[in-house]
Amino acid sequence: MIRSEILKEIAPILRDQLVVCNIGIPSQELHAIDDQPSNFYMLGTMGLSSSIGLGLALAQPKTVISIDGDGSVLTNLGTLPTIGNNMPGNYILMIIDNGSYGSTGDQPTYAGMKTDLAAMARAAGCDNVVEVMDKDTGAALQAAIDSGEGTVMVVKCESGNAKNPVITMDPVVIRDRFMKAVAS
Amino acid sequence: MDIDKKIVDDLVANDVSFVTTVPCKQLAGVIEEVDQRDGIFHIPSNKEDEGMGLCAGAFMGGKRPAIIMQNTAIGVTINTLATLIQYYRMPLPMLISYRGELREPVACQVEMAVHTKALLAQMNIPTYHFHNQSDVEELDMILKYTFMCNKPVAILTDANFWGGYGDQ
Repeated sequence: MIRSEILKEIAPILRDQLVVCNIGIPSQELHAIDDQPSNFYMLGTMGLSSSIGLGLALAQPKTVISIDGDGSVLTNLGTLPTIGNNMPGNYILMIIDNGSYGSTGDQPTYAGMKTDLAAMARAAGCDNVVEVMDKDTGAALQAAIDSGEGTVMVVKCESGNAKNPVITMDPVVIRDRFMKAVAS
Repeated sequence: MDIDKKIVDDLVANDVSFVTTVPCKQLAGVIEEVDQRDGIFHIPSNKEDEGMGLCAGAFMGGKRPAIIMQNTAIGVTINTLATLIQYYRMPLPMLISYRGELREPVACQVEMAVHTKALLAQMNIPTYHFHNQSDVEELDMILKYTFMCNKPVAILTDANFWGGYGDQ
């Protein structure tokens, strides 16, 4: 499976949660599959999906899912110790690890070579790290939500992108409707 | 006047309850004060752009955030300021130690000091420079201004403001 197939499969689960979605094609895919006010689409700022999601989870009680990528986590590796040492029970970092920089032309990442992001998350202090194969993502995500424990998921899947239009929604509109969904 | 206590009192009075920090020797006292306050959740960051991501999330979660960092961080965070904080129109008070100014002992710090105000001006970021201790009286107004206009705002605090840093 590629990322868009996983997103399509887990969309019914994501719909009821606060979702911070990674820059570029992941946000375009989620927007095309199931646009919701409870989705915060990143239009720029590679690497910060995990940080935005952590800040949001620490600030309020609803479950927050950050959809991140292996390349983006590698860009902001300092995020793993911050998550490991401050993990709230309502935060799920879902790293879709396809071993490539999907939005920039599928160049390989080190996570697709020798680097093990799950082991790095554990070494950084994250207590609850699960490695999941693409087809098992929905069940693992639901289990993480139901557990009420902060979880880092590393979802292994194939490299590849669905073809979707860029998001043209104004960023302040994305932010405003998202904040209303958070507060509702 | 206990300058560290005064700064944190102003943060608390303006409902700032989520503070991320990247340390600087000049900021050690204020970071310690932030850490000890019950009304503030203090989360150290490993890098300042990461810290701005945390602040963006906390803001959307209903908290008023702030970041405490060194001016060298302006070199790290230009993209985050432009594409996250400014693009989505979020408030972010940035309490910044202004290294490389008068009474600075480390020559390399001057290399970013000479770019600091120019970069902030290029970014259209409202910028205040605290040089004397009495300048801290404006902090309360600056915080109110920041959350009124939903912009990142820089408060540069130099060595003279902090009472000297390794005077030559």
